[in-house]
Amino acid sequence: MAVSDVVSRRPFARALQRRTTTRLLEDERWLAAVLLLPTVILLGLFIAYPFVEGVLLSVTDTRVGVPGNFVGFQNFEALWHDSIFRTAVWNTFVYTAVATVFKLGLGLWLALLLNRHFRGKAFARAFILLPFIIPTVLSTFAWKWMFDPTFSVINWTLFRLGIIHARINWLGDPNLALISVIIVNVWRGVPFYAISLLAGLQTINPELQEAAAIDGARPWQRFWHVTWPLLLPVTMVVVLFSVIQTFADFQLVYVLTGGGPANATQLFATYAYQIGVGTGLLSQGAAISLAMFPFLLIVVVVQLLYIRRVEVH
Amino acid sequence: MARVVIRNLNKKFNEVHAVKGVNLEIRDREFVVLVGPSGCGKTTTLRMVAGLESITSGEVLIGDTIVNELPPMDRDIAMVFQNYALYPHMSVYDNMAFGLKMRRFARPEIDRRVREAADILGIENLLQRKPRQLSGGQRQRVALGRAIVRHPQVFLFDEPLSNLDAKLRVQMRVELKKIHDRVGTTAIYVTHDQVEAMTLGDRVVVMKDGIVQQVGEPLDLYNVPANRFVAGFVGSPAMNFAAVNLAEHDGALFAVGDSIRLKLPPAKAKRLQSHVGQRVTLGIRPEDLRVGSTNCADGLSFPAIVEVVERLGSQILLDVKVGAISMVAAVEPAVKASVREELHLAFDAERLHFFDDSSGDAI
Amino acid sequence: MIEGAKWRRWVYFYIPLTAFILWLLFPFYWMLVTSVRPDRELYRPWMAPNYAPFWTTHPTLVHITDLLTDTLFIRWMANTLLIAVVSTLISLFCGIPAGYALSRLKFRFASALGTGIFITYLVPQTLLFIPLANIIRNFQLGDTPWALILTYPTFLIPFCTWLLMGYFKAIPRELEECARIDGATRWRAMLYIIIPIAVPGILSAGIFAFTLSWNEFIYALVFLSSAEQKTVSVGVTSELVRGDVFYWGQLMAGALLGSIPVAFIYSFFVEYYVAGLTGSVKG
Repeated sequence: MAVSDVVSRRPFARALQRRTTTRLLEDERWLAAVLLLPTVILLGLFIAYPFVEGVLLSVTDTRVGVPGNFVGFQNFEALWHDSIFRTAVWNTFVYTAVATVFKLGLGLWLALLLNRHFRGKAFARAFILLPFIIPTVLSTFAWKWMFDPTFSVINWTLFRLGIIHARINWLGDPNLALISVIIVNVWRGVPFYAISLLAGLQTINPELQEAAAIDGARPWQRFWHVTWPLLLPVTMVVVLFSVIQTFADFQLVYVLTGGGPANATQLFATYAYQIGVGTGLLSQGAAISLAMFPFLLIVVVVQLLYIRRVEVH
Repeated sequence: MARVVIRNLNKKFNEVHAVKGVNLEIRDREFVVLVGPSGCGKTTTLRMVAGLESITSGEVLIGDTIVNELPPMDRDIAMVFQNYALYPHMSVYDNMAFGLKMRRFARPEIDRRVREAADILGIENLLQRKPRQLSGGQRQRVALGRAIVRHPQVFLFDEPLSNLDAKLRVQMRVELKKIHDRVGTTAIYVTHDQVEAMTLGDRVVVMKDGIVQQVGEPLDLYNVPANRFVAGFVGSPAMNFAAVNLAEHDGALFAVGDSIRLKLPPAKAKRLQSHVGQRVTLGIRPEDLRVGSTNCADGLSFPAIVEVVERLGSQILLDVKVGAISMVAAVEPAVKASVREELHLAFDAERLHFFDDSSGDAI
Repeated sequence: MIEGAKWRRWVYFYIPLTAFILWLLFPFYWMLVTSVRPDRELYRPWMAPNYAPFWTTHPTLVHITDLLTDTLFIRWMANTLLIAVVSTLISLFCGIPAGYALSRLKFRFASALGTGIFITYLVPQTLLFIPLANIIRNFQLGDTPWALILTYPTFLIPFCTWLLMGYFKAIPRELEECARIDGATRWRAMLYIIIPIAVPGILSAGIFAFTLSWNEFIYALVFLSSAEQKTVSVGVTSELVRGDVFYWGQLMAGALLGSIPVAFIYSFFVEYYVAGLTGSVKG
């Protein structure tokens, strides 16, 4: 046995020499504290703190450059009576609900299509994600150009196909504007749904489908009784994330219509921006933003409970 | 090299009392096996010795030092895991060298030790491969090598052979025994397989529900089990049990049960004196049963109806029904038996075991 | 598999799939065509007889060159790149240890913190931008890249942590235990064993974070004011519209070029990106 062996025979002596820092970091609790510290600081500073500030702002009458005084729920009361605000609330709900339904339906269809084997599948999957990858503002401009009443390629195509005879003012017609915005949102969101649901589909054992087929189930029945229930957990999570993002959406509407025409596409976020940043009424803007919160919370809690229930099964 | 002493060791997980007052003394260079069914506390005990699990109460000594407060890296132990736990992103060489690198050994010394261990295990040609390129048996050897290079005071094994297929398991068992003979380090080995326990252990510790049932050399556990659980756990196929009443008749003691009327020899009768008139459990191993030709009147055999005949080649297993009780008899391959045949099973009276009905202890 | 006649396969599969792909990719094609189309063709009303939308007979690079020389586009790209890279690095620096701590260490507030971080992931930027603007101003970070570099991690870290927790959880406990028995402290076991094994997850998180960063808009819009500081999304929106006139050629060129870095990185790391996306959903 070499000398080094003899030295290594005294582990207990060495243990006592260990520095206090190393000792401390061996303790799970201290190590966890050190590892989580930067995150907690950053998130505390730039999420928790602004949230509190936002609440405080909303109960004062601050404007840009003018410090405010406490006014209680005055801002919220004003909002309640503000017809534009009520329109914005309604629009946001319609926008979110309709877009989500279409994104889910089309996304699921696309996922089912992609779940088969075909040549070029990898390419298809990669290209399909592009609307989701490319910065929203940039692709939205392309749509804006496509919707332009004078130069719209969509109008041209529909005209050529004989479907329309006069021009469609996609973004300028108050009755159409929300639909147009929803179309763009759906276009952007379908890839996210499709790829996520595809991943979910791929975790489902194909033998289950085969067993059902042997048992005599037709494709639609197989989907409804075998695939859909197993896909539900993933679906719920996808819908949860998507609903929150859509509810708080800003970029799309800002670029396409700015909230108009005549507030036909005004949403929580765009209205908050218009009031808070546009006209400088910070407190009221903050109040509008915060008004989102209870609705978001309800949506989140409902979905989380549903997810819990589905997972338990 | 060192001895390991476990004193009054207890472990509670919230409300679950997993290890209850375990006392054990493992001698230097001894190979001790902890064996028992899942959940008996054997792995928890091992992990407490390793320092991977905190100790609720009691002491663990390695060498002569109490190691309760020492982290795993300071206990001078090495562990081989069931899933090998090889670092997937490192080569075999680096896997084996990791521990020595962490302890800042000099490069030439590391190289010497790694090659020495590789030589013992026959894996010199695998040193540059990554774990995913190795077979199960090779991975286990690397895991062993990683433990050997450290020259620790104690080896700890956590069911290392469970992930190998049956044939490989038998092979590795023999290899392990040879390596232990060669290297000689004290070892604590955990397994649920009683065959591994019997073949590998210098001494075997049988555990159930966190309590040590019996400690002893393998043959002692086989021949003189301390209670019903150990009797049924050690030996394959398992011991047959039957409920019997001890009755005195004509000056001799009889064990009487469903279709069973056995006359007990005087030596046994004396030991069972305290339980006369009571119900006890009778135990007899399948290999201690023979197909006899005598009738049952002399009390040295009992009738049985054959239900299944399993011909293994080296022996025949007869699954029989004795009254309402199912039993197994392991007899020589020459025996002719067929289903639904009635036989008489004879036995050696010295090989009968009796257990108290309430405590399970051997009488 | 679609059983039955070949026509079924066409109707139920090929046609829908092609329709989807065309619909999803057409706007990009439109971006491309518009960028290289000369103005006189560009501004032709769709009702005009010679409206030929799907190609151009006189492709020109004038929009692109004008974009690069007459506007601060290159500066915007540089800004966006800097902000995206640094925010991603910060988020990984915070997210990797956080993910490790929450998935592999046992301590009292583990589940509370985990839920807390998940909740911050769900807080949308549009809820916080007004008070945050004030805070940024108070810290005197307004109109600097730092306003974004420090605030982007607020939605990047939760995502990275969440994603990495999944990867860390999948690493068997025995590897760490073995390392600790071999002589490594918890810290070194984390550094030398766990993190190297989680590299695919780290790559996924990093790429996804980079993409999310490039995509962010409202913070950049509100916190930055001078033209030199803007990011690509904001610059294109605010500077390429003069008065009420949209310079579509340059706009589309800007949109196209602005998308290239992200698309480029994405093309190399598609698998990682998809893994990041699905990992965050399967959680």
